[in-house]
Amino acid sequence: MSATLSVARAVARRSLIHAFTNPALLIPSIIFPLIFLVSFAGGLSAVRNVPGFDFHGNYTAFQFVFVFLQSAAFGGVFTGFGIAADFESGFARRMLLASPHRSGMLLGYGFAGIVRWCVTAVMVTVASLLAGMTVYGNGVELVGLVGVGLLVNVTATLFGAGVSLRAKTLQAGPLMQIPVFTGLFLAPVYVPLKLLTGWIHTVASYNPVTALMTAGRGFLSGDPNKSALAFACGAGLVALMVIYALRGLRRVERGL
Amino acid sequence: MIDREALREIGMIAGRSVRRTLRQPALIVPVVLFPLMLLAINASGLDVTKKIPNFPADSYLDFALVVTFMQGGLFAATTAGTELANDIETGFLNRLQLTPLRAPAILIGQLAGAMVVAFIASVVYLAVGLLAGAQIKAGVGGALVLIALAMLVALAFGGLGAIIGARTGSAQAVQGMFPLLFVFFFLSSMNLPRNLIEADWFRTIASWNPVSYLVEGLRSLVISGWDGTALWRCLVTAIAISIVGFAGASSSLRTRMART
Amino acid sequence: MLTYRAMSHDGITVSGLVREFKGGIRAVDGIALEVQPGEIYGFLGPNGAGKSTTVHMLTTLLPPTAGSATVAGFDVATRGPEVRRRIGAALQEAALDAFLTGREHFELQGGLHGLPKAERGARAVELLERVGLTEAADRKVGGYSGGMKRRLDLALALVHRPSILFLDEPTTGLDPQSRSALWGEVARLAKQDGVTVFLTTQYLEEADVLADRVGIIDQGRIVAEGTPQALKQEIGRSSVEAIPANPDAREAIESVLRRFGEPAAAGPKGVAVRLEGGSESLGDVVRALDAEGLEVAHLQLHAPSLDDVFLAKTGRSLEGAEEEERAEEAVPS
Repeated sequence: MSATLSVARAVARRSLIHAFTNPALLIPSIIFPLIFLVSFAGGLSAVRNVPGFDFHGNYTAFQFVFVFLQSAAFGGVFTGFGIAADFESGFARRMLLASPHRSGMLLGYGFAGIVRWCVTAVMVTVASLLAGMTVYGNGVELVGLVGVGLLVNVTATLFGAGVSLRAKTLQAGPLMQIPVFTGLFLAPVYVPLKLLTGWIHTVASYNPVTALMTAGRGFLSGDPNKSALAFACGAGLVALMVIYALRGLRRVERGL
Repeated sequence: MIDREALREIGMIAGRSVRRTLRQPALIVPVVLFPLMLLAINASGLDVTKKIPNFPADSYLDFALVVTFMQGGLFAATTAGTELANDIETGFLNRLQLTPLRAPAILIGQLAGAMVVAFIASVVYLAVGLLAGAQIKAGVGGALVLIALAMLVALAFGGLGAIIGARTGSAQAVQGMFPLLFVFFFLSSMNLPRNLIEADWFRTIASWNPVSYLVEGLRSLVISGWDGTALWRCLVTAIAISIVGFAGASSSLRTRMART
Repeated sequence: MLTYRAMSHDGITVSGLVREFKGGIRAVDGIALEVQPGEIYGFLGPNGAGKSTTVHMLTTLLPPTAGSATVAGFDVATRGPEVRRRIGAALQEAALDAFLTGREHFELQGGLHGLPKAERGARAVELLERVGLTEAADRKVGGYSGGMKRRLDLALALVHRPSILFLDEPTTGLDPQSRSALWGEVARLAKQDGVTVFLTTQYLEEADVLADRVGIIDQGRIVAEGTPQALKQEIGRSSVEAIPANPDAREAIESVLRRFGEPAAAGPKGVAVRLEGGSESLGDVVRALDAEGLEVAHLQLHAPSLDDVFLAKTGRSLEGAEEEERAEEAVPS
């Protein structure tokens, strides 16, 4: 176990140094969530006045949860990009040869992904608070919100890792981005679920991200809703992606 | 002065640009599919906005259709810039410089490829939008003007992309410009009309943002019919950005092409 | 657009040519040379010596900072278009479009040079055949090997029948077979078609085998110029290397050899001197060693190489100069 952890530590350290010393990697992961926040919370705030908009809080708070989870998801995708880049440059091969316990590598990338996301999450939270976001959740509920974010981040990181381990090239970037983007947007992004109509209502009703988003909004507004379902969905997604990523790792090992 | 020889040269470079663009599905498919996906999501997800008093359209689909054309223009920017940067990185620009080819022909020809992608994408967006039930208030003529304006928007953004491509000679730098253009897109009247934006600061930014006038001009053809004011503002903005883009890219290219 | 016809002033004249970059770096520091029509001129030097910069100036891609050069009778600084009509160039990067086929490259290049459509097609067929790319002509260049790309690059440089051809390290990165094939084509161009060739290279053998005359450049200056044979003769003298049968006898063997010339570079086990009397004194060396009763496991005569010329002129070996350049590049400033 300690060997696995030491591999994880080394991989995480390297991944974080790389991420934080490369503006080209760091800046997009911070800018995109902030753009969404400003654009949706600022530009679409009139939507809050639509009859039946059932949310205890202002529109900035409503959108904050989406942006919070979006930053978590895309933080995971960017970590996946980093793994793909390591394969393209040959560095991943070096790490695979040097690591006694290769699952430690996944752990390391995952840990680095969480740390990176924390930086973005803090920036997004501060920006939202400055924009007047209402916060009615208590301490436990806010921890619950962070927990939802972590589940999304870990899921996305493991998904990105799984794709990268199979494709081993940055050209697989869209294969990581598009499913995550689609998963996020086929959820109640702009209005609560009951105000969605047509096909998107049906799709969103079955989308696990909807449960995560609804629970997150419930935590923030002090009105917990679907929390158990959300954590169950999150845990299920993480479990699925752990299998996906580990299988990807085994494939790489067989190819060595 | 554009003479026959110059036209011939532009045609050759444009032909190459179009051919190589069409041979890269990875350049075309996301440009076509991604905006349509977003349109489908937003048209459904934001349909409630038609209940907002004074909302100017019968459906959010009609309102948001032109956002796809704008996104197509954004992709044109990165395509034009990336292709030019690639030519610089690979030395293909040197090959062109060793021929009698005139410098402006290189730029115009490169932009042609981006505009072909924009044209194909625009036709697809329009067709899908109409199939999904969108109605173009300005009729068939309006639809044709819509496509023409969309190509002008693509040319405008393509020029901006070409500036970065020519200045940096790096495809990565061009890709890095994407977030910046993205910001301009979102800080506009893309999602709601300006008069319905509640946040004063956002409305002010949107009013100063040239992208708002591009969006409003294109949108007017769909939801209003022939709105002269919106159309001339859109045209002037697109032409102004095109001139800035072309002048900037030409200047950067001239610096890079030091041939005697 | 006229197709250029060979004329008597299809040569290159360079005088005091300088190219300075930002920070006062003089990549080319006052070179002078002359290339006769129909000649193959080899421009030999390590990485960073100024070879490519010189080629860029002579092909009008870069204006000189000072000095002058005429190519095909036209000043490169003021008559760029006329120069470009008469030259072809295959530069360091193959500079091809991965998404176009070989044939489409000819269409484009020929068209840009003003060849009529029919002639473009015929010229493409002819040149593709010449460089052995007929079968691959309609495949996208992205799928070509390195050797195929170089051959296509060379063929494209010839599409408008230039009288002067610039080749910037044309065989770098190629396998021995591809290199040999390219040499054959270059030699044929010069000898049969009368094309003047200005070739830069870092490979001694390439300059030795191909070039009629060689200019050796180091740190922006020409340090030696002449035919390969004359340059080697100027330096000299062959060297002899002896590997002792008994390592203890090494000093004794060295002192015998020293009677015949100055010390020269040798392998780890051997001793070597440069023979003052040339290769004819080899017999005297053998007799002298015999007379001292010294046994030799191996005795080798080395003819002088262009590397010896470079060593004599710069104090460094050409290969050593490359390692220095690499080391300098690796150290952050």
